[in-house]
Amino acid sequence: MMRVALIGMGSVGRGVLETLVKKDLGIVVTGIADSRSGCMDSTGIDLPSVLSAKKNGRPCGSPDISATDVIKNADYDALIEVTPTNACSGEPAIGYIKTALGRQKHVVTSNKGPIALAYKELRGLAQKNHVALRYEATVAGAIPIMHTLEHGLSGNEIFGLYGVLNGTCNYILTRMAAEGLTYDQALMEAREMGYAEADPTYDVQGIDAAIKLVILANTIWDNGVTLDNVERTGIDLLTADALRLAEEEGCTIRLIAEAIPRKNILRVTPRIIEKNHPLVVEGTLNALTLETDLAKEITLIGKGAGSIETASAIIGDLLFIRDHHVQRT
Amino acid sequence: MKGGSVQVSMKLEMKDSPGQLVAALKPISDVGGNIIAVIHQREPDSDSDTLDVQIVLELPEGRLEKLKVLLQEQGVRIQRIGEERLLYTRTVIMIGHLMHTDLSDTVGQIDSTGFAEVSELSMSMPAVNDRSSSRITIKAVSKEDMAAALAILRRVALQKSLLLVEPLEDIA
Repeated sequence: MMRVALIGMGSVGRGVLETLVKKDLGIVVTGIADSRSGCMDSTGIDLPSVLSAKKNGRPCGSPDISATDVIKNADYDALIEVTPTNACSGEPAIGYIKTALGRQKHVVTSNKGPIALAYKELRGLAQKNHVALRYEATVAGAIPIMHTLEHGLSGNEIFGLYGVLNGTCNYILTRMAAEGLTYDQALMEAREMGYAEADPTYDVQGIDAAIKLVILANTIWDNGVTLDNVERTGIDLLTADALRLAEEEGCTIRLIAEAIPRKNILRVTPRIIEKNHPLVVEGTLNALTLETDLAKEITLIGKGAGSIETASAIIGDLLFIRDHHVQRT
Repeated sequence: MKGGSVQVSMKLEMKDSPGQLVAALKPISDVGGNIIAVIHQREPDSDSDTLDVQIVLELPEGRLEKLKVLLQEQGVRIQRIGEERLLYTRTVIMIGHLMHTDLSDTVGQIDSTGFAEVSELSMSMPAVNDRSSSRITIKAVSKEDMAAALAILRRVALQKSLLLVEPLEDIA
């Protein structure tokens, strides 16, 4: 039996709890906190009642218990940190993760901020405390890219990677190409479908994809690159005519994140790409190609976002920790 | 081979007899050249006793005249030279105020290099003040020259505030 505490009750946090209710995975939740409240029970929290409270707009626990209280005091083996990403400071998530690691607790997160901004420090802290820090859910949603790199391709040298890492941009470009929509029309449609935020800057200017590229580069090459090192061009200045001109040549345009250390390439830019290329995926899908010495080329395609899809990545990390780190009692 | 070398394509006519092709190619290595491709075509219904061969080669600069002499000494006739020398093709898309920023200057910056040229240009013409989109095909002699041509285009795009969309190429 593995005990976990969960911080953050947004779409991802709810997806994790729903999955734990539906499937008997041998995971007990002993602490939960949202932005306003928290609850703790070392024998296991009643998850259906917490989920129904959230559904009805109520807090998950008592306003007297904060996220920090849960992280410091709950009885758990692993912390699930799924609060919203703050790309500038990484807080308060960095503080949450440090506190848990300091207590010698494993940490699983979907939060890009801490991993993109403080990876080296957090990894060092985890090593010092002999616990795991896992972050599969930070990049490409449900696609098990970190597990693939860490295990399946562990004997390979990775020469480079390129991928479609932002579903919002891919949806907009898919619609511009398929229907001849202008950028503004396709963006409006993406908003109506719930794929784009009211302020889409973070997605359409390639910032989200660049942060994911930074996480991948640090994971694979440990090269200490940051968001400032990424050459970045968004999709917001593309025209319907440009998509049509590409189409006439059997091509289309996609926002591609690309890292090739030996050529000093680290960039997120719209690119002309043949329509039958494996990275040309439709709608909000993500895709990622790795170029390696032994396996040669490997392409992974899957859902880049979504509540249950992202929970899949979190659960995968938790079960890995249970099987490899947690002493079964 | 880099700098100081030229790429040449030539169509040669020689006697269709054993050993002729090898003899004809020998002068190329004699002048320090490097054969990139040999295209050997035999006319199906030809009853002539000559053979046409197209070759692409790389030569140190200034050796072409010497090579022509040596080939002629071997009894090889040079039918055509220097055409189709641009082997690499890349297509890019440029978006922005292309006319207001002097499109012919943009194209001219590639054409004036001598090692690359704009071979095709398709353009959309929206309302006067809207940004236009263009598809530009560039040909260059070698991979290095193509990279240099694209670097020029990148610099021009930056100067003129144009969005340059480049093709995705394989890593390997």
